[in-house]
Amino acid sequence: MRKLLLLTTVILVGLVFIARLFYLQVYSGSAYNIFEDTAIQKEYNYPKRGYVYDRNGKLLVANQPSYDVMVIPREVAPMDSLKLHEFCTLLKITKEDYDKKLNRARNYSPRLSSPFVQQLSKTDYAVLQEKMRKFEGFYIQKRSLRSYQTTIGANVLGDIGEVNRRIIAQQPYYKMGDLIGKQGVEKTYEKVLRGVKGIKFIQKDRFNKHIGPYKDGIYDTLPKPGKDITLTIDSELQAYGELLMKHKRGGIIALDPSSGEILAMVSGPSYNPNLLVGRDRSRNFTKLYRDSIAKPLFDRGLQAQYPPGSPFKVINALIGLQEDVVDTRERFTCRMGYYYGSRKLTGCHHHRSPVAMNDGIAQSCNAYFVNVYRRIIDKYEDAGKGMNIWANHAKSFGLGNFLNNDLSVGSKGRIPDGDYYDRAYGDNRWGSTYIVSNAIGQGEVEATPIQLANMAAAIGNRGYYYTPHIIKEIEGDTIPKKYRTPKYTTIDKRHFEPVIEGMFDVYNKGTASTLRVPGIDICGKTGTAENFVRIDSVKTQLTDHSIFVAFAPKDNPKIAIAVFVENGYWGSRFAGRMASLMIEKYIKGHITRTDLERWILTHSLEDEYAKPYSGEPFKINGETTLQVIDNYAIENTNQSSLKQ
Amino acid sequence: MLRENQRRFKFDWITIILFLLLVAFGYLNILSASHVGEITSYFDMSQPYGKQTIFIGLTFVLIVLILSFEAKFYERFASIIYLVAIIALLGLFIFGKDVNGARSWYGIGSMTIQPSEFAKFATALAVAKYISDLQTNMRTIKDQLKVTAIIFIPALLILLQNDAGSTIVYLAFFFVFYREGLQQVYLIIGLSLIILAVLGLKFGVVITAVITTLVIVSTYFLQGKKRGSIFQYIIVLIVCVGFSYGVKLFYEHGLKIHQQNRISLWLRLEKDPAKLELMKKREAYNLIQSEQAISSGSWTGKGFLQGTRTTGKFVPEQHTDYIFSTVGEEWGFWGSSFVVLLFTTLIIRILYLAESQKSQFSRVYGYGVASILFVHFTINTGMVMGLIPTVGIPLPFFSYGGSGLWGFTILLFIFIKLDSNKINEW
Ligand SMILES: [Zn+2]
Repeated sequence: MRKLLLLTTVILVGLVFIARLFYLQVYSGSAYNIFEDTAIQKEYNYPKRGYVYDRNGKLLVANQPSYDVMVIPREVAPMDSLKLHEFCTLLKITKEDYDKKLNRARNYSPRLSSPFVQQLSKTDYAVLQEKMRKFEGFYIQKRSLRSYQTTIGANVLGDIGEVNRRIIAQQPYYKMGDLIGKQGVEKTYEKVLRGVKGIKFIQKDRFNKHIGPYKDGIYDTLPKPGKDITLTIDSELQAYGELLMKHKRGGIIALDPSSGEILAMVSGPSYNPNLLVGRDRSRNFTKLYRDSIAKPLFDRGLQAQYPPGSPFKVINALIGLQEDVVDTRERFTCRMGYYYGSRKLTGCHHHRSPVAMNDGIAQSCNAYFVNVYRRIIDKYEDAGKGMNIWANHAKSFGLGNFLNNDLSVGSKGRIPDGDYYDRAYGDNRWGSTYIVSNAIGQGEVEATPIQLANMAAAIGNRGYYYTPHIIKEIEGDTIPKKYRTPKYTTIDKRHFEPVIEGMFDVYNKGTASTLRVPGIDICGKTGTAENFVRIDSVKTQLTDHSIFVAFAPKDNPKIAIAVFVENGYWGSRFAGRMASLMIEKYIKGHITRTDLERWILTHSLEDEYAKPYSGEPFKINGETTLQVIDNYAIENTNQSSLKQ
Repeated sequence: MLRENQRRFKFDWITIILFLLLVAFGYLNILSASHVGEITSYFDMSQPYGKQTIFIGLTFVLIVLILSFEAKFYERFASIIYLVAIIALLGLFIFGKDVNGARSWYGIGSMTIQPSEFAKFATALAVAKYISDLQTNMRTIKDQLKVTAIIFIPALLILLQNDAGSTIVYLAFFFVFYREGLQQVYLIIGLSLIILAVLGLKFGVVITAVITTLVIVSTYFLQGKKRGSIFQYIIVLIVCVGFSYGVKLFYEHGLKIHQQNRISLWLRLEKDPAKLELMKKREAYNLIQSEQAISSGSWTGKGFLQGTRTTGKFVPEQHTDYIFSTVGEEWGFWGSSFVVLLFTTLIIRILYLAESQKSQFSRVYGYGVASILFVHFTINTGMVMGLIPTVGIPLPFFSYGGSGLWGFTILLFIFIKLDSNKINEW
């Protein structure tokens, strides 16, 4: 027995040690990750982020250097109160801030670096840079922040902001404190603009001293600079659109029909893109984000989805011709509306009757289009099939689905089909009379301004469109093929001329005859959209939205446009005026209809927007609340400063 | 002389091969842990690995020398060797050189010699000599005291020179005494005291007293008729609680701050996060770095000379006491398990040989060798892996340093010599 004591102890100790080694090295030790190895310093070299230019080569977005103090919590040496005081003073933070920030970084990861104090001022950086060595575990990381050369286009350009943990988990390229495109082209062209950061692995010793490159630098990489991009945006037109949209809410989309290039993409209310740069970014962003009434971050040109109203009638005219259920000469009677038996299915305004296609469009006769629409649906053995064929035609104009383009946000819109009504009413328990609202762009049909602008482009092109996009050039690269390939509608080319004539007459003698621009043949269509909000959970109707869709000139159009102004009442009132001005601005480069311009710049809808939230009863669809601004002169000087 | 005797002597090659493997593997790790920049020459005397090359070279000279003496020489001169060692230790108080607060070195030019490394084999010889004396009976108090004195003298001298780690090693001789007849009650008392000490520190004296009372009461009833007077039990209880209290007092007032903190870290006694954080930067710094280096090795390690923490010298004293963390980082689980296996195999082999000795002197000495190696290995490796409080002693044959390497080599090869001679013992 005595012989066995030491022997068993030795064997026992051997086993315990091997178990402990297993625990340390295999069980609790994760696979070796050089990024978590505090013995290897990772030095990142962030490349220049690509510049952003407008279609005329004007620089919109450049860079400015920024310096972050980063921390690797595990490497932070305890500081006596004197040293801590010095450090906090240099960083302009309190002792409590220091503890809080350090804890937050440690919570994220004790081994990985996290931002500690971000975006130092130049002078702070200069002072700190020399003393940084003294503070173990902290270092300064240079990055490039955006420097906006303009005050317009916040919704187009977007912004860059810090990556969050979710992004880091999904895309390991990004490390804590890195910047990534959050909105707009910064988001969609993140990879192009970003480039690839370079990295150096440096072997450190425990005194934080560099001893040399890790494995002679075989894993080191050089930064690849981001590529510059040119946008299709015309910054002058964009600025003008934003000016017109002042004191209003809504969206303007202007396209070049011959290429699908987006010339202007206005969303009101807008904000200065410089608000989202620098130390105040998150505070400003939160403010914009929390504004649930004006919703400045909601891009109304891309996301606002409403029944388009009358502009959609044009599509029904085209489908009617293609399906051969109507010709351009056939006339329909309008008795201030459309009657089914003795039941009035839809109303209409006063105009001469009966009307054929041209006047139907120019006078925007509801009865005419209900007739055409019912014929389309009833042409087939059952309404479901008719509806599907109708929907298929409408969708070929880019309606009812995402455009699948390079914009960071969007909405699908809606073109209902047979299944949709089968679900709503039950299989085959509905007919064309149930759904006549679709004839006049009301009811279930919904579209976004960009879809309407694209629709106008497809009509202007007589049957095809290019997917609307915002990229014009990528440095050393080509833009994707899908933007260079035309998409054809299901309507034959020959059917477009009569419809276009109708749209031309909207300007000549119809609902927009007061908006004519000398020397430019504009084809357009006014529209209004009923709309509702929930105020204290009561569904409340507000003043109609003002909508206008147009393209010009009539032959070989250079611009297609959709304007949408929230609660602007009727189509030609706000949206029509703005569309005419945008078209004149783009085609002529200057404004001759200064009367229109003056009216738009001096009329505000702010009071209209305030009404529902005033707590008092209010009327909708009236002239009374239009607010007139006196400082037209001031607004005008602003306009010229915007152009710089 | 050696050549002529070789036919009669049969060296245990298994032991020698294990020894060579340990020295060679140790050398590779010293190279990794101590090199700065390119390795230009293995004889670069400005670098620890360069010196170690020389130390290992001289070790072979030493081996030849040890093996060339008659086996009887060691038994005959055991007392004198012991005396020389004691004198060398005493001399430190006058001629010694302070290194890191411990006065345990002689400086000869640029060389330093640490006599405590040599005192171990000298003490092992003296213990073997005393126990193997026909007059000695380990079951008598008188001999127990005497043999304890033999180990107590060098242990005390080393303690006075501020080298507490090396002092603890002398506890290894308990295994020897126990093998040679020390009563079982010492083992029970020893274990009980360790348990009492740990309980007292970890859970406080009150809980320890409760647990002890429960244990003693149940023993009282379980022993039935054989049990003695109730007062005996009460006295044992008082002694136990008193001991636990004494340990607590000693921990709080008798230990130096850094020793106290090491124990506190081991038993996780500190609850104040701020103080704990501070300890992690000080007393626990080496330990944390060492555990991290080992952990980062995974199954196969990062490869020879490829350890990032080793290259960055993150573990202070890595080439001496913390050499095992280099193994862990660069050779991984397989490499470090291999080293554990080498040590256990070596110790078991020595035990086996010791038991097969015909002379009691050789057996006791062999047991001493195995015990000393075992205690060194256990304390050092256990500490580096964070299982045992920090105690600064080297890993035999592995750690950098001439005195250590030579001390252990002499210790081992005297036994190899004795073992080779067992056929001639008749
Ligand atoms: Zn009508």
